[in-house]
Amino acid sequence: MKRFLPLLALLALVISIQLLTQWTGTTYYLTQLTMSGYYAVVIIGLCLLMGYAGQISLGHAGFFAIGGYMSAMLTTRNLISFQNQDWVVLLDKFGLLAARQDLYGEAILAFQPWLAALIAIVLAGTIALIIGIPVLKLKGHYLAMATLGFGIIVYRVFLASEIFGEADGISGVPGFPLLPGVIVTGSFGARVGNYYIAWTLVIVAMVMLINLINSRVGRALRAIHGAEEAANAMGIDTARYKLKTFVLSAVLAAVAGVFLTHYNGGIGPSEAGVMKSVRYVALVAVGGMANLWGALIMGVTLNFLSLRGFFGSYDDAVFGAILIVIMLFAPEGLLRLNLAAKLKKLFSGGSRK
Amino acid sequence: MTILEINNLNKSFGGLQAVQDVGFGVEEHRIKAVIGPNGAGKTTLFNLISGTLPFDSGSVVFKGEELRGLKPYQIAERGMARTYQNIKLFPGMSALENVMVGRHTRSRAGFVAGMLNLPATGREEAEIRGKAMELLGLLEIEHLADIEAGSLAFGQQRAVEFARALAAEPAMLLLDEPAAGLNMNETAEVARLISKIRDLGITVLLVEHDMSLVMDISDEIVVLSFGQKIAEDLPAAIQQNQEVIEIYLGGGDD
Repeated sequence: MKRFLPLLALLALVISIQLLTQWTGTTYYLTQLTMSGYYAVVIIGLCLLMGYAGQISLGHAGFFAIGGYMSAMLTTRNLISFQNQDWVVLLDKFGLLAARQDLYGEAILAFQPWLAALIAIVLAGTIALIIGIPVLKLKGHYLAMATLGFGIIVYRVFLASEIFGEADGISGVPGFPLLPGVIVTGSFGARVGNYYIAWTLVIVAMVMLINLINSRVGRALRAIHGAEEAANAMGIDTARYKLKTFVLSAVLAAVAGVFLTHYNGGIGPSEAGVMKSVRYVALVAVGGMANLWGALIMGVTLNFLSLRGFFGSYDDAVFGAILIVIMLFAPEGLLRLNLAAKLKKLFSGGSRK
Repeated sequence: MTILEINNLNKSFGGLQAVQDVGFGVEEHRIKAVIGPNGAGKTTLFNLISGTLPFDSGSVVFKGEELRGLKPYQIAERGMARTYQNIKLFPGMSALENVMVGRHTRSRAGFVAGMLNLPATGREEAEIRGKAMELLGLLEIEHLADIEAGSLAFGQQRAVEFARALAAEPAMLLLDEPAAGLNMNETAEVARLISKIRDLGITVLLVEHDMSLVMDISDEIVVLSFGQKIAEDLPAAIQQNQEVIEIYLGGGDD
């Protein structure tokens, strides 16, 4: 099928890069490529919301962080002192708790990662639903401000809560055994395997989103984006479609948050920060808004450079600048531009409407 | 049989009574026209019927069901489709895709089915596409299928909008000034088309400015002036109606 040819190309590229790093002895690149892959899942989810459904969110780092923090908290909170209480006994009986030892040999009894991940993701989806119902009635700047407000609240809550480690965040998060032998972890020996775990997730998410935008739902979303009143008159429950898309993209962000937190072995408040949300929006914009492939390519490339320290201490500034430059010169994104013509027009005194 | 029954409908915007105690019925498989000078409340009336605007009092009963409080999409689900005076196509989508959106109420695939692209979803997509192509054929614009809707000529956009509304296989079609912005040839074409739609078994209610169009094709006409109904009759009788003639000709602005 035509729509999956680029995905096969992506798969080939993913494998080639891994082999290349193997031969050249530069497997350390895989660490940042793994992390970029997880961030890419947030970005393509946001791309669906912004580019296709036409709704902005400046709070997506919040959903990422809810996924990451909840998963981290539940898998690190030591329940050993409660081990005689009924609820702990009950959870343990159903195999929902996992016992291990920490770095110093202390016994830890905490939630099993699968259960923790499930709770984290369901919680993020539920919060998106509750926030989305009132907030998605807003449009344009007002929606941007409301989601920004949500993002700030999430950031402050994590920063201020003792249970979430305040400014230090949560560390010592154990690996996440997805399947026997397939563990999401940042340990040195698991680097190659984790690179493939991350990119399998990216590819699965891409397949689902590409299917979706080519379906009845995708058409409905683009119709809402283009002419909301007419879409409603054609029988599309516009409010419901926007809400479902918002929840779906929040869930993708939370899934990425869960995975990356287990991979990094921890999470800190900067992951919930507003600058992260701005970064995600900027990357969707550079990718061309209604362009999943653009969002993926630009998202991975720029995040990779950022993680490699390429932008130095100007990191956040670079993403802010990217946003300004894109809005001015290439609102359709970098990957399909006639930049020369745009530049000429801009400097000849023409203005965008 | 009466498919649409409007009773004592009222709507005011601030101090302006845009629609005042308007009531009439529309018989099934007929073409009914609402005419009146600019500002008579025709488009407002349409927006009240299709749920775009809420009405202050009165009732709109469609196929025996009161529509008060229903959202436009819920009214569409009940078999009413509409077009707009200033065409509202979905920009950035092809003519075909626009018409495919019109099949929304006649198809089911949701988020999960869409993401997984199940075999049943694929079959439904093929059905939607086939039906949409069929309608483009009916309107003799199948050669425009893959062209972006926004880049089509005005008359072609109107045809796409018709096809999109018909894609829902509505029981009733509301046409808001279907001849607006069209030349005489195109208007005649639209008239032919509307008759064709009626012959498909679809009831048509249209708001129109263009007298020639209305007189040619309508089975019955309602005349509005300043938000009130002043006449309701057969086209021939309307043409003889002294009050109507005065509104249209006596104002000295025509």
